[in-house]
Amino acid sequence: MKQIEKSAPRIGVYVCHCGTNIAQTVDVEAVAEYAGTLPNVVVARDNMYMCSDPGQALIRKDIKEHRLDRVVVAACSPRMHEPTFRGAVFGAGMNPYLFEMCNIREQCSWVHQDREKATQKASDLVRSSVARAALLEALKERYADVTKAALVLGGGIAGIQASLDIADAGYKVYLVERQPSIGGHMAQLDKTFPTLDCSACILTPKMVDVSRHKNIELITLGELKEVAGYVGNFKARVVQRARYVDIDGCTACNDCVDVCPQIHPDEFNMGLSTRKAIYQPFPQAVPGAFVLNLDDCLGKLPRPCEKCLEACDAKCINYDAEDKELELDVGAIVVATGMDVFDPLVLPELGYGKHEDILTGLEFERMLSAGGPTGGKIVRISNGKPPKDVVFVHCVGSRDKVCGNEYCSRICCMYIIKQAHLIKDRLPDTNVTSYYIDIRAFGKGFEEFYDRVREEGVLFKRGKPSEIFRRKDKLVVRAEDTLLGKVTEHETDMVILGVGLVPSEGYQELAQMLKLSLSPDRFFLEAHPKLRPVDSNIEGVYLAGCCQGPKDIPDTVAQAKAAASSVIALLNRGEVTIEPVVADIDEDLCSGCHVCEALCPYSALIYDPGREVMTVNQALCKGCGVCPSACPSGAITMRHYTDAQVEAQLDALTGHQSVAEKVEA
Amino acid sequence: MADFEPRIVGFACNWCCYAGADLAGTSRFNYPPNMRIIRVMCSGRIDPSFILKAFHDGADGVFIGGCHPGDCHYMSGNYKTQKRVVMLAGLLSSLGIEPERLHLEWVSAAEGQQFADAVTRFTARIKELGPLRIPHPKVEDEHAIEPA
Repeated sequence: MKQIEKSAPRIGVYVCHCGTNIAQTVDVEAVAEYAGTLPNVVVARDNMYMCSDPGQALIRKDIKEHRLDRVVVAACSPRMHEPTFRGAVFGAGMNPYLFEMCNIREQCSWVHQDREKATQKASDLVRSSVARAALLEALKERYADVTKAALVLGGGIAGIQASLDIADAGYKVYLVERQPSIGGHMAQLDKTFPTLDCSACILTPKMVDVSRHKNIELITLGELKEVAGYVGNFKARVVQRARYVDIDGCTACNDCVDVCPQIHPDEFNMGLSTRKAIYQPFPQAVPGAFVLNLDDCLGKLPRPCEKCLEACDAKCINYDAEDKELELDVGAIVVATGMDVFDPLVLPELGYGKHEDILTGLEFERMLSAGGPTGGKIVRISNGKPPKDVVFVHCVGSRDKVCGNEYCSRICCMYIIKQAHLIKDRLPDTNVTSYYIDIRAFGKGFEEFYDRVREEGVLFKRGKPSEIFRRKDKLVVRAEDTLLGKVTEHETDMVILGVGLVPSEGYQELAQMLKLSLSPDRFFLEAHPKLRPVDSNIEGVYLAGCCQGPKDIPDTVAQAKAAASSVIALLNRGEVTIEPVVADIDEDLCSGCHVCEALCPYSALIYDPGREVMTVNQALCKGCGVCPSACPSGAITMRHYTDAQVEAQLDALTGHQSVAEKVEA
Repeated sequence: MADFEPRIVGFACNWCCYAGADLAGTSRFNYPPNMRIIRVMCSGRIDPSFILKAFHDGADGVFIGGCHPGDCHYMSGNYKTQKRVVMLAGLLSSLGIEPERLHLEWVSAAEGQQFADAVTRFTARIKELGPLRIPHPKVEDEHAIEPA
């Protein structure tokens, strides 16, 4: 009997008030007192903030004084502070896997109001955690080397900045961009708010830096197809579509473009101008080599017209070029896939697509650009004349439940204010009116810029237009002025829709490939909204820029630099800890039936024909626990989630005596 | 039956449903306090025997939350769960347990509201069904087969 007593676990339970977050609905003292009556519990306390330094010190002190060998903290979600407390117990010499976290905040005090029932639930959850803790086993962490290279997905300003920072730290970067050039949406902008910097002037030097950096391998027309592995050791399969023009050979002489007979809308100019089937995406494109879009060309079948081939002195066009498949080994991944602008065609009342003088903000941005379709002249597309009156509409596709986008896109107010200023700058006599819901000018220098533009004579009217239609050669914007409480009809020459931002095309496929979670707004979810804004939920995968949510250029650059610094820290460390939560096979029990083999998505279960048993390759095992749940012989143990541990929790929750309690009795 | 407070055991996968339940918490979406969650890494870890044991030991309902199809952190664990739940539904019927007492719900990390709604609906359904009644083996019987 004495022997059993000696081996009985010694558990410390700590119930956190979390200020009033838990204490307001859960009687924390009562839960702690109850925990003290549970089997194997040696000490049970409550504390205002367990995660604080004194809280952690209390655990460490008790581990020494009371010879604790298990610790349960009942506080917030393990997704929040499990690593914190694992560190705390490790600091006192305890194996971190002997720590158990009990979630009585996110899944109890924050979702229930009845104090008595919430306290009962918290007590039950603590009982379940204590039962599990008694059966926890010390596990040994494994270490793996880190591949000292990074993959950056997306070559907009976020991807460019992250790549440059990582490459400057001396690590290899693969920058994958699906377009023929890097630059992203920033390359399409004329000026940036509120400083009116020339967008191209501040972006293009960085693009050139990317192309010249010895540590950066730029893969344009590339798309990620598959990712395997884990933090520190990812294997990415990237397909690079054929460019049909040799990047190194092309001198960008334009001879091929001159002879190409095929005309297509120019994507870079938002369809406001045309390009040929062989083209340079834009004059500052990086790489500067031309690209042939075979879908736009007269076609491979039966044959292309070959005019460009004949015109090319450098002989760098090859119709038979094929897509390339690349295998990249990297230690970290930065997702910087950006956004798309909202398509206002889904709001037919705004008349977009019906009347050519109704443009989106990005189309108008191209019109404003000196390199754009009109050379920077502001004109009505219907007649080529400068408009006498322009109306802006805010919040198109943002803050709008009807189109499914509840969020604020954060940049539209400011780009409208900037574009309004640019109209006043170039056409001082043109009337500019902006219909808004609320003006959000929250950044550095934004409010001052808004004031300045109002002083320049831009009129801001509070109200959301309900309808835009044509009357003779004018457009009519019908809106309620909500400050005057009056429905107005505004005759104008041109309407600019302040379209919001939406996740970029293919975000769902990428999320599935990388196992990223999405926020309710469909942008990628960060690991913690306040404290881990650049980490994704997957270790070793970081988020930068608008793929995580709409943001302006300075915020994008800041996040890109933060993601880069996380990557550099990881690559510099050179080693990652791998959770030892893996499957284990008892070869004495295994009958070699192969049932588990087909279930494992990672092919981690391998048959040993010599011993006629299955074995686990623990480097491949991710610890999902599918195999032990199917093993007919009960030969597979899922470490840290063993049958006994889960069943002890079930016993505790359904009122049965747990295995540990039986041992005690 | 109005006073009946069902005992519900929930299993939630760490990556989707558990995160969704956390989001319900941070967003303060209220739901009934009957369910107690056991966290597992993947819903595929949920051995059918756990579910049978939960009912055997006195749970009135078992809730399983996994990732949406295609979103499983471990590629395909949720499909295996789905198959097991279908298999168990037939088995539960033959044991005299209403199959609706076992409920599978896909909840993503972003679906705090959906999680709260699902738990609310499930709790209400179990309240309607009333306490689970299956013949339990008596404790003495268990000991009877043990050697003296």
